[in-house]
Amino acid sequence: MSEHTPDLDHVDIHYVANLARIELGEEEAVRLQEELDSTLAYIRKLNELDLEGLEPMSHPHPQVNVLREDVPTQENDSEALLQNAPSRVQDLVRVPQMMEDT
Amino acid sequence: MSLAAKTLADLRSDLENGSCTSVEIVRSLEQRIQAVDGRLNAYLERDFEDALTQAEQADARRAAGETGALLGIPVAVKDLLNVKGQSCRCASRILEGYISPYDATSVAKLRDAGAILFGRLNMDEFAMGASTEHSAYGVCRNPWNTDHVAGGSSGGSAAAVAADTAVVTLGSDTGGSVRQPASFCGCVGLKPSYGRISRYGLTAFASSLDQIGVLSKTVSDAAEVLGVIAGHDPMDTTSLPEPVPDYLSALGGDLKGLKIGVADEFFGVGVEPEVAQQVQAAIDQLRELGAEPVKVSFPHLEYAVSVYYILAPAEASANLSRFDGVRYGNRVEAEDPVALMKATREAGFGDEVKRRILLGTYMLSSGYYDAYYVKALKARALIKKDADAAFAQCDLLATPVAPSAAYRVGEEAEDPLKLYLGDICTIPANLTGGCGISVPCGFSSTGLPIGLQLLGPAFAEERLLNAAHVYEQSTDWHNRKPSL
Repeated sequence: MSEHTPDLDHVDIHYVANLARIELGEEEAVRLQEELDSTLAYIRKLNELDLEGLEPMSHPHPQVNVLREDVPTQENDSEALLQNAPSRVQDLVRVPQMMEDT
Repeated sequence: MSLAAKTLADLRSDLENGSCTSVEIVRSLEQRIQAVDGRLNAYLERDFEDALTQAEQADARRAAGETGALLGIPVAVKDLLNVKGQSCRCASRILEGYISPYDATSVAKLRDAGAILFGRLNMDEFAMGASTEHSAYGVCRNPWNTDHVAGGSSGGSAAAVAADTAVVTLGSDTGGSVRQPASFCGCVGLKPSYGRISRYGLTAFASSLDQIGVLSKTVSDAAEVLGVIAGHDPMDTTSLPEPVPDYLSALGGDLKGLKIGVADEFFGVGVEPEVAQQVQAAIDQLRELGAEPVKVSFPHLEYAVSVYYILAPAEASANLSRFDGVRYGNRVEAEDPVALMKATREAGFGDEVKRRILLGTYMLSSGYYDAYYVKALKARALIKKDADAAFAQCDLLATPVAPSAAYRVGEEAEDPLKLYLGDICTIPANLTGGCGISVPCGFSSTGLPIGLQLLGPAFAEERLLNAAHVYEQSTDWHNRKPSL
């Protein structure tokens, strides 16, 4: 991706759509851009707040390193998982070629 | 009264005293679904044959002397909970054809208690929406007036309970998605505290906010189901090891001395006068029942929607990156993997899901992270302080659930922001991790249900359910049925 200059008022829809791996049609992009910009304009209400000294709260109940015993279990049956694959070769999921032949 | 219209508690005693069988309950639901669901579209899938097989097994187990809190009781789930062998499309095109290889923990617990897992319920795609208009499989309509929405995102879960096409259902609540449709459809909607129920097998939307909830005809039915599905699970590190009390035995105490906090801010956020009036009448009723209303404040409520619409899309953009057309679900083939992902996601996701993924991706991208995401996390701490200060002065808060009764289909779909603002009264419980419930408290002038919301701090479910139960039993609202 080329250089990108942050703009806090507008969503650069094509830049973001590429990051999100969504291909957008031209009309769709224009419409989404407008809708997202108006949502952003509302969300910026947070700028009214003095947030100095507040600890960012990423989770309702602070938790650290929840661990459990490392015991092998049979959680899933690989055949049931593979049956959901959109394209399959034997016990593998088929995808388009990712790397050049060397 | 048909079996389909009965409460879980009544069906359980009917089953216990032999006055009905589980097979008869399933047949009664089948009849009701065939008669009305074509007008509602609450069910995305219903396999009557499988339900009858499960019912026959439950009847045989009962005949052999087995008991179980939910033995032979059908439970339907929102389409984002995994039930082994059933589809789980999250009302999205991108998961067409997907078959769950495992049970969600909450589902496994229902099974262990003897429940029949029957039916998958309509919702806004990936739980993003508040009207069940954003379902890839058609709008779910309100049983009280089919020109109106059922609410959302657990619209199917609420409509089915209200229309007597389900006894009790599970939904999920990220910003009000259980409580608001319960309010719109006139049933009970319980959002337990964050950490109370394992979310293993619940398709993740916003992981720091999501919680599984129960929709039911009465508060005691919700208490019963909560007791079955609550508790710690090693498969969900956010589920907490708090003991699970007997929620049913917590019901029926009086409300003497219970302090009900009333904050003006919850009534000043575009709440329509008739909604405010009904909620105020419910607070007066709680006073009659022995509770003591006290004035509290929630000064940063007006910022809750902004915080939510940064955090929820940010978390969603990460969670939904797993839907890439590679390992499961729909795929649009393309010449290289990135093109495949882009084309798959373009074709598979609906508008609202794209909006939120794009918004969240923007918030989390380089240069915006501090300006939006970190700021929202700090403002969330401020809202938590508001809640802590309020609950230092009162036991529960009483508020409206939504600013209005159910609106007309199509009325708000055009303006995403307006739809977002409707979540303001329900969002704080998700941001802070507390519990909340919606209980029917009246009707609008147009005959649509209105809900009272009670909110409690984290793990105050016994107090919350008792107050809701005592209030409910002192009114007639929960006995009203829509004429479909």
